[in-house]
Parts: sequence; structure tokens; C-alpha cells
Amino acid sequence: MSEVFTKSMARNIYYGGSMFFFLLFLALTFDTMGEVPKRDNHEALTAQVALGKKVWEENDCIGCHTLLGEGAYFAPELGNVYKRFGNSTDAIVAFIKGRPANGIPGRRSMPQFNLSDEELEAVAAFLKYASEINSANWPPNIQG
Amino acid sequence: MKYSSQAVAKLYFIAAIGLFVGQILFGLVMGLQYVWGDFLFPAIPFNVARMVHTNLLIVWLLFGFMGAAYYLVPEEAERELHSPFLARLLFWVFLVAGALTILGYLLVPYARLAELTMNDLLPTMGREFLEQPTITKIGIVIVALGFLYNIGMTILAGRKTVVNLVLLTGLVGLAVFFLFSFYVPDNLVLDKYFWWWVVHLWVEGVWELILGSILAFVLIKITGVDREVIEKWLYVIIAMTLITGIIGTGHHFYWIGTPEYWQWWGSVFSAMEPIPFFMMTVFAFNMVNRRRREHPNRAAMLWALGTAVMAFLGAGVWGFLHTLAPVNYYTHGTQVTAAHGHMAFYGAYVMIVLTVISYAMPIMRGQEASDRRSQVMEMWSFWLMTVSMVFITLFLTGAGVLQVWMQRYTDVPQSFMVVQQKIEIFYWLRELAGLVFLVGLVLYVISFFVKGGEPARAADTADTA
Ligand code: HEM
Ligand code: HEM
Ligand SMILES: [Fe+2]
Repeated sequence: MSEVFTKSMARNIYYGGSMFFFLLFLALTFDTMGEVPKRDNHEALTAQVALGKKVWEENDCIGCHTLLGEGAYFAPELGNVYKRFGNSTDAIVAFIKGRPANGIPGRRSMPQFNLSDEELEAVAAFLKYASEINSANWPPNIQG
Repeated sequence: MKYSSQAVAKLYFIAAIGLFVGQILFGLVMGLQYVWGDFLFPAIPFNVARMVHTNLLIVWLLFGFMGAAYYLVPEEAERELHSPFLARLLFWVFLVAGALTILGYLLVPYARLAELTMNDLLPTMGREFLEQPTITKIGIVIVALGFLYNIGMTILAGRKTVVNLVLLTGLVGLAVFFLFSFYVPDNLVLDKYFWWWVVHLWVEGVWELILGSILAFVLIKITGVDREVIEKWLYVIIAMTLITGIIGTGHHFYWIGTPEYWQWWGSVFSAMEPIPFFMMTVFAFNMVNRRRREHPNRAAMLWALGTAVMAFLGAGVWGFLHTLAPVNYYTHGTQVTAAHGHMAFYGAYVMIVLTVISYAMPIMRGQEASDRRSQVMEMWSFWLMTVSMVFITLFLTGAGVLQVWMQRYTDVPQSFMVVQQKIEIFYWLRELAGLVFLVGLVLYVISFFVKGGEPARAADTADTA
């Protein structure tokens, strides 16, 4: 780089630029916090849903599945599974409960987590709650 | 080696390489599970293999960054490390905590691990990349604080070079943003929003400062180009990184329940994120072409140039591929994401750590550069690993494009599992490329023990430019 563009100019761009855009990011975050309640389905966030989220986390479901497109890519998207299963939490409960302990020979298998009935209901409620978040029309179709 | 305390870096580098081998083995396990669904089931389910694979990656890269800092900070500051004892102590704390955590993943079901580590007191487990038990996370924070104290004191007491200050900024940023891993709200939208403050602001923010400063250090050493020139480049690169990368976080806020203006902010700013990576490539080749000396370590120069190129391809090109909101609508959370994640992590962070190891390890073992035969083998491992990573990326991209085609961008979408079966061939090819990667990695490890051939001489480097 030429002599007219000095090291201290470069340094000033670094300090000024990163400071400016970090503050802008904070401002956008502040605005986002105000907007999110319009889309995040928090009305549905009951104690049961919170428990369901904990069940989701403590069994590391995200280690195989995506949820709203984030996670692992080994197993189907679950952000819309409630809808895919015909708007039924019962179907979700039955599916999780019905996984064979030794898997399905030769196929990608989901573990049997031995969840209690309370936990099963809770995780299904959590997935229902997730499916009702306004995700800007994502995923493109029901297959996720 | 100018200062004897720099030698603590050796421990860190050895641990990094050992964990790297473990990471790849679990990658291969998962790669096989992709095509042979119940391989090792139910002993090691996919999600367990995955957390071992990704957590080993993060931990060994952190070992690599810390080793790099312990090596280069004293040399830049022109004084001994503040406390070599603390550096050794923290090494063992980190290694033992890391090993126990990995064993925990492998030996007991994850839910049981959560119970054993009392996740209820402060639940932080079960989020991608941040699966560590809360107690491990606290351990990481303590190690990070001790580490920052140690190199911070060294820097403050010595010569304050741009390389040192940028590195320190990056490392402090790494620790600060990790604190968001303790914030796990029940509200899924907020949970996801701030999860990215760890993941995105790491790899597309503060880690790039670490990457840039290590690259600058190695280039100063092996090219002999005037420090003023290199430091100016470093400032411009990291300026562009933060100017584009901070707001660029928005490319993760398209579909998670956040306001739709992020589709604009995220697309526009993240589309510019390749710029600093491109500048890094121009920078590295420029400095090498203008070199004032012929350093006998040809392998280190190859790694340095390789980092610049592969980081641009993996992060810049493959990142750009799916970063615009209308494209991301279809590719979000597909194998395209996995393709990009692999080449970006490898090209930027794996390769920069291998660069500094390549440069510093011979010096810590009493040679300016390794023997010729050792370097030749190391360069073979460079090509094997790098080329097979290119193929892994291409195969996953192929899988991802077909996945989008059959499951998303169509009027007759097929179900996830059906599509997975149809694209199986790509997963076999990925696994094959992964095996070649492993061969490269084994050669890499062996290269440390190979001696002989002519001793590397400066004249040998004449043809590297
Ligand atoms: C060489 C053999 C390798 C194989 C067979 C392999 C395989 C895999 C598989 C199957 C996944 C899980 C994808 C999913 O969630 O469905 C994964 C994830 C991941 N691997 Fe590897 N891997 C290998 C090497 C590497 C290397 C060298 C790196 C680092 C540079 C790496 C970094 C990652 C990362 C960052 C993820 C998470 C990706 C994401 O969330 O998008 N892997 N790997
Ligand atoms: C060295 C730097 C980078 C690394 C290590 C990296 C790594 C990753 C990883 C591992 C993921 C997957 C995260 C997950 O599991 O959910 C990801 C996602 C993503 N990255 Fe990067 N990345 C880098 C730079 C970039 C750049 C420069 C761009 C844009 C130009 C970019 C665009 C994206 C996008 C759009 C996604 C989301 C994909 C999706 O919607 O599924 N990345 N990155
Ligand atoms: Fe990102």
C-alpha cells in the first residue's frame, strides 16, 4: 500500500469502524428486543413448555435434528414437526415413546430416551410452541 | 527461540495435535453413520459422536491459540512470559477438564451427565457446540482468565507491538463472548439470538483477529518484510472484518423469529465479509513475493499461503454462496451449511494453528527448520489434508444442492429421510475423502519424528515463491 495511506490511518479506520458498527449492532439488538414479542409466540411459553425445552436440551436432540434450521443435519427438521404430524402433540409423544432401544437394523435410528409421561408431554408442547413462532415463512414446505 | 519461557507452547501444541486426531476419528465414525445408520448404535449415537467431534475441534483450536500466544507474545514483547508456571498449571487443568468432559459424553447418556453435573443449578447444556456441562464451562472461563492475565501482564510490561495488541484484543473478545453461553432463556427466539453472539461473533469476529495476528507474526518472521508494512495490512484486514462481520451476524437472523429487516442488514453486510479474507490472500502472497530473506522452513511458508487461500475459499466463497436471504431460504440447515462449516473451519482456523506449529515447533526443538525429509513429509500431509478437504466440501455441496432440489425447491417435496437415501452416494464419497484426510493427518504426525536428508538450507527455498 502506498505512502499516502499510513499505518495510523489504518488504525483509525479499525478503531472508528469497529466501534461504530458495534454500536449500530447494539442499537439494532435493542430494537429487535422490542419487536420480537410480536413474533415469538411468548403467550404460549408455559411452565410445561419451559420444561419441554429443558428435556430437549438435556437429551441433546439438537445433536441430530435441526430446529428452525439450526443444529445437525442427520435427522429431520423439527421446528414444524407439530404441523407435519397433523397438528398433534399425541403423535409426537407416540413417536418418541415408540423408538426401539436397539434401533432399526441398517437405518439411522433415534435413541430410546426413556422419558417420563410428563417429560414426553412437555417436549411435545415445546415443539408445538416452536412451530408457532413467526419464522418468516420458513421452512419452504411441510417437509422442512 | 529468544526467550526460554516460550517453550511452554510446546505442551499446548502437542495436546492440540493429539486432540485433532481424536476429532477426525469421530468425524469418520459419523461419516459412516450417515450411510450405515445403526453403526455403533446404541453405544455411540450420532449426537454423541457429533459433540465429541465438534468439541474436540474447539478445544484443540483453543490449545493452538493459547500455544501460539505463549510462543509469540514474549518474542514480540521482548521479555520472558510473566509466569511460565501458571501457563503449565493451566495447561493441565484444561487438559484434564477437557478429557473428563469427553469421557462423560462417551460413557454415560447425556441426560445422566446433565444430572451428575447438576445442570439444574444453572442449565446451560444441550445447545450446539456449547454442550459442555456447566461446570466445564466455568472451568473454561477460569482457564481463560488465568491465561489472559498471564499474557496481558507480559504484554503490558514489554514492547507493545500491533501483533500483540491485536492478538490480545481477539483473545479477550473470545472470552467475553463465551460468557453468552451462560445465558439460556426459555424463550427460543432469544436463546437463538444470543447463541450466535458466541458462535458467529467468534468465527466471523474476534477469532479473525487472532488469525490475522498469528499470520502477521509468521509472515514477519519468514519473509523478513518490514514490520510497518505488515502491521498496516493487519489493521486494514481486521478493520474490514469487524465492519462487515458484526452486522453480518444478521445472516443468522432471517428465520428464527427475529424481525424481517435482518434479511436486509444480514445480506448486505455478510455479502461483504469475503473482503477481509480476500485481502488476507493478497497480503500473504504479496509479503512472500517481497520477502527479504530465504527462510529454510519451506513447510511453514506453504501453510501460511495455504491458510490465506483456503480461508478465502471456505469462509469467503462458500460463505457467500448461501448468505443472501433468498438463497439461504432454501439452503438453511442443509448439507450446504455443513460443506461451508468444514472448509471454513479447516481453511481459517485449523490451518493457521498448523502454520504457527510448523514455524515454531522446530525452533523449540533446537533447529531453525526441520530436516529436509521431515519437511517433505509435512508438505505431503499438507496436500493430502487440504485436497481431501476440498473434496469433502464438494461432495457435501453436491449432497446439499440435491437435497434442496428434492426437498425444498420443488412443488412435490419429498420427505427428509427419503431424500437422504437418494443422495447416499455423496456420503460414501465424503467418507472416502475423509479417509484420505486421515492418511494425511497420520503422515503429519509422523513427520515430527522423521530425521535426515540434507539439513534444510536457506538456498532450498529459492523455488517456493
Ligand atoms: C475428515 C473427516 C471428517 C468427517 C468424515 C467429518 C464428518 C462430520 C459430520 C458427519 C458432521 C455432522 C454433520 C451433521 O450435523 O449432520 C460434522 C460436523 C462438523 N465437523 Fe466434521 N468431519 C471431518 C473433519 C472435520 C474437520 C477437519 C473439521 C474442522 C476443520 C470439521 C469440523 C466440523 C464442524 C465445524 C462441524 C459442525 C458443522 C455444522 O454445524 O454445520 N470436521 N463432521
Ligand atoms: C472462518 C470463518 C467462518 C467459519 C469458521 C464459519 C463456520 C460456520 C459454521 C460451522 C456454520 C454452521 C453453524 C451451525 O451449525 O448452525 C456456519 C453457518 C453459516 N455461515 Fe459461516 N463460517 C465462517 C465465515 C462465514 C462467512 C465469511 C460467511 C458469509 C460470507 C458465512 C456465512 C454463513 C451462513 C449464511 C451460515 C448459515 C447457514 C445456514 O443457514 O444453515 N460464514 N458457518
Ligand atoms: Fe455467521
